[in-house]
Amino acid sequence: MAEPHLIGEAMTGGYGRGADILHGCTLSVDKGEIAVIVGPNGAGKSTAMKAVFGMLNLRSGSVRIGGEDITHLSPQDRVAKGMAFVPQTSNIFPSMTVEENLEMGAFLRRDDIRPTIEQVYDLFPILRDKRRQAAGELSGGQRQQVAVGRALMTQPSVLMLDEPTAGVSPIVMDELFDRIIEVARAGITILMVEQNARQALEIADTGYVLVQGANAYTGTGAELMADDEVRRTFLGG
Amino acid sequence: MTDFLNAIVALSNFVLIPGAAYGAQLALGALGVTLIYGILRFSNFAHGDTMAFGTMATILVTWGLQSIGISFGFLPTALIALPIGIAITGLLLLGTDRAIYRFYRKQKAAPVVLVIVSIGVMFVMNGLVRFIIGVGDVNFADGARFVINAREFKEMTGLDEGLALRSTTLITLVTAAIAVALLFWFLNKTRTGKSMRAFSDNEDLALLSGINPERVVAVTWLIVAALATTAGVLYGLDKSFKAFTYFQLLLPIFAAAIVGGLGNPLGAIAGGFVIAFSEVLITYAWKKVLVYLMPENLEPSGLVQLLSTDYKFAVSFAILIIVLLFKPTGLFKGQSV
Amino acid sequence: MTARGFLLYAGMALLIVLTGVFQGWNLALTILNMGLISAIMSLGVNLQWGFAGLFNVGVMGFVALGGLAAVLVAQPPVVEGWNAGGLRLLGALALGAAVLIAAVQVWKRKIGGQMRAMVMLALLIGGFFLFRAALDPAVNAIEAINPSLSGYLGGLGLPVIVAWPVGGLLAAGAAWIIGKAALGLRSDYLAIATLGIAEIVIAVLKNEDWLSRGVKNVVGLPRPVPYEVDLQRDAGFVEAAAGYGLDPVTASTLWVKILYSGLFAVVLIAILFLAQRALASPWGRMMRAIRDNEIAASAMGKNVTARHLQVFILGSAVCGIAGAMMTTLDGQLTPGSYQPLRFTFLVWVMVIVGGSGNNYGAVLGGFLIWWLWVMVEPLGLWAMELITSGMAADSWLRGHLTDSAAQMRLMTMGIILLAVLRFSPKGLMPER
Ligand SMILES: Nc1ncnc2c1ncn2[C@@H]1O[C@H](COP(=O)(O)OP(=O)(O)OP(=O)(O)O)[C@@H](O)[C@H]1O
Ligand SMILES: [Mg+2]
Repeated sequence: MAEPHLIGEAMTGGYGRGADILHGCTLSVDKGEIAVIVGPNGAGKSTAMKAVFGMLNLRSGSVRIGGEDITHLSPQDRVAKGMAFVPQTSNIFPSMTVEENLEMGAFLRRDDIRPTIEQVYDLFPILRDKRRQAAGELSGGQRQQVAVGRALMTQPSVLMLDEPTAGVSPIVMDELFDRIIEVARAGITILMVEQNARQALEIADTGYVLVQGANAYTGTGAELMADDEVRRTFLGG
Repeated sequence: MTDFLNAIVALSNFVLIPGAAYGAQLALGALGVTLIYGILRFSNFAHGDTMAFGTMATILVTWGLQSIGISFGFLPTALIALPIGIAITGLLLLGTDRAIYRFYRKQKAAPVVLVIVSIGVMFVMNGLVRFIIGVGDVNFADGARFVINAREFKEMTGLDEGLALRSTTLITLVTAAIAVALLFWFLNKTRTGKSMRAFSDNEDLALLSGINPERVVAVTWLIVAALATTAGVLYGLDKSFKAFTYFQLLLPIFAAAIVGGLGNPLGAIAGGFVIAFSEVLITYAWKKVLVYLMPENLEPSGLVQLLSTDYKFAVSFAILIIVLLFKPTGLFKGQSV
Repeated sequence: MTARGFLLYAGMALLIVLTGVFQGWNLALTILNMGLISAIMSLGVNLQWGFAGLFNVGVMGFVALGGLAAVLVAQPPVVEGWNAGGLRLLGALALGAAVLIAAVQVWKRKIGGQMRAMVMLALLIGGFFLFRAALDPAVNAIEAINPSLSGYLGGLGLPVIVAWPVGGLLAAGAAWIIGKAALGLRSDYLAIATLGIAEIVIAVLKNEDWLSRGVKNVVGLPRPVPYEVDLQRDAGFVEAAAGYGLDPVTASTLWVKILYSGLFAVVLIAILFLAQRALASPWGRMMRAIRDNEIAASAMGKNVTARHLQVFILGSAVCGIAGAMMTTLDGQLTPGSYQPLRFTFLVWVMVIVGGSGNNYGAVLGGFLIWWLWVMVEPLGLWAMELITSGMAADSWLRGHLTDSAAQMRLMTMGIILLAVLRFSPKGLMPER
């Protein structure tokens, strides 16, 4: 089997000098596919994402993208390698306008960013209307759209989303999932953490259940949904 | 009617014009404090002495220019010297950052540690200024003294009250307006300026977006050098230069920045004027205006001065406390860490 | 104290002794006396910063209030002044206080927002004019009485030592007011608030002539120790001095200074003892727990703001005591001489250099930094003369450098502070 586009392999580590939070956790996604991480609160989902993005020192394990080892690169350098990350919290520049948020997303680019901004507006039409408004004054769902839009501005090959639907109404959530599928169709690899496990696994090519920093179950989204054990413990029946 | 006009003229002459000039000076000072707070996230106690240093550098250059016979016509020579003074101050601040602040930034030291470090820097800068230029009063304003002088104004209008517009006042207002316009243009329209705002808004996300923190910090210090030197030179032209008074400006400047909302540039400007006008209004002897407005028999016998001018600090302080109690993030929303 | 601590203290003692041997015992004792006072100020700030992490940059104000206490307690009352307007003035002050209290009460009432603010504002503005109307004539009457010599109300005519605790009380009162307003806000805000209150205290001392004679200064405060001239007239003293081979003038100056040292040392040791007890007590442990993790402490049900208020008042009171002692030593109150760099920030250098959180460290810092503060000037001058010795005697630069040597102090203090923060952030005697 060919190597997946993005893989974080046997990652072990924690914050600073504190205890390990990840214990040999492995996550991988193929190009243009969607991988979803689910698990209870405090399982280390966000920590795993940060580890993949280089915001955490790993004690062992490695991260590779397109076959290239990037374990020792800084987050900024990973951005240059085509990765983009939408953190779980404070993922926008609240006092800046929507459009400025997008511009900041493209800070490293020196070419014309207008077309990319237009693409983001096409993806999230509401942002076009709100382009001159401060991002901090938007609704929760709109902010998440700004956050995702900002991440897309670097034209990444991998998009990492940490709970993009947190605090978003069911309708907007479906909408967001549709957009994410749309992004994946465009060939962008997606690794995301989701609290709404059921809907997320429905659109997932691969699903990971994380418990206490380690892989508990892995399979295609459908497999996990079908697994009794997973259903009972994580999907609430 | 003439009474009313006389009252207006007296009010403008003694309250509105001086208040506006002082407000502009405070606003420039507060902008520096607020930028440092927004980007480097600490209250810089060395800011008053940075202003003093910048002014001193400008004065030295001014003297140099004067000694080789260069002057600026009816404008003060210090205005030609100002860019050089800013450059010197910028170098000093970049050097200070490299030698001192950067170490703590890398360590992610608590803000209060940086404040204490800035106290050390304050001592050194204060000593440096005293060492180089001494502790006495230095008057370095040259060029025309007045745009309108009181006697001419009286002859022109036939009013009893004269309106004097000193050239330094006008220069202060114009220069401050230019400086503020440039600053806002920079922050809102340029890539670097926007990256500064992004960094101030959300440092982690700025890093994730590839913004280089060291560059943002360096640019911030340069802007602070420009603002502080300009504020200091304008204040010095308007009054006179004395190392110690600049240290004392720290209180109204901080009050202005906090009243406006720390970290918010618009707030700093508003705060500067709020503080300046409150100080002037409360310490002004209103008798001069009131005699024109009140009927003869009700004219006040005293000076009608709410507080003696020596209590002007008390005014900035009282406003500061009131704002802190009722609106801790300031009039405009500032950051609260 | 650790072995390192003993060594450091021994070194400090040696510095003072060497100063005595090489530059005269008069200077050594002068340094020792101000060193004792500085050590007390440093203990006060350490109580706030080292124990509780409170950032007080208004030390000068509390010190000055202590100085005011010396005048109010020890100076003889000016009877004519009291007759001219003393009671009226007290009445006016009471009126002012009543207005403030009423305003606070109105504010605390839970009535409709608009209404409440309006009433309070009206009360404050009306009250202010009433207050001024009552105060001004009284002040004018008092200040008119023999302005070149008195022109103020004087004090209570009590022994000046009484002023020391009273200075502490005055400072504590001011700290209570400021603490009520600014504690619980962010640390930077407390810093600015204390900076402001210190400036206001100085402004009051400079302007309210009826209280402190303002910039005309109060001189000739009574002393807790004998006067040199009296000693010189005392046959027994002269004889004893001769026994040590000293002439009466020198002996009397030294003896007076030694007596002061004794008094100050008693106060320092008492405060140090109490501070050590406090540090080790459950109260001190709780303070430090709060300092290290405010959020956890308040989650555990500790009333952080109330604890902070306590320690803020205590620390400020200690500074007030030191201020009263200093004015006693000087024998005069000169409001114009209070400078924040000297009385606030220098004390901070003492605490940081000594070791914040460690009382012995704070005391050591007080002595050491004060010694340096005094010695840097002659040392700087000496260094400048060495540097400029090659230059022409009338060269401009030489003159400028030697003249400016006096300004070396501030720079040196800054460099010391920065060096300690960088290379030994816990100070000479770390907390643990
Ligand atoms: N910055 C940090 N420093 C130290 N420990 C942290 C930090 N962030 C998280 N942790 C710890 O790491 C563990 C895992 O946290 P993490 O945020 O990865 O959980 P999560 O699975 O994302 O939970 P949630 O579903 O609530 O977002 C938790 O025990 C948490 O206390
Ligand atoms: Mg999470």
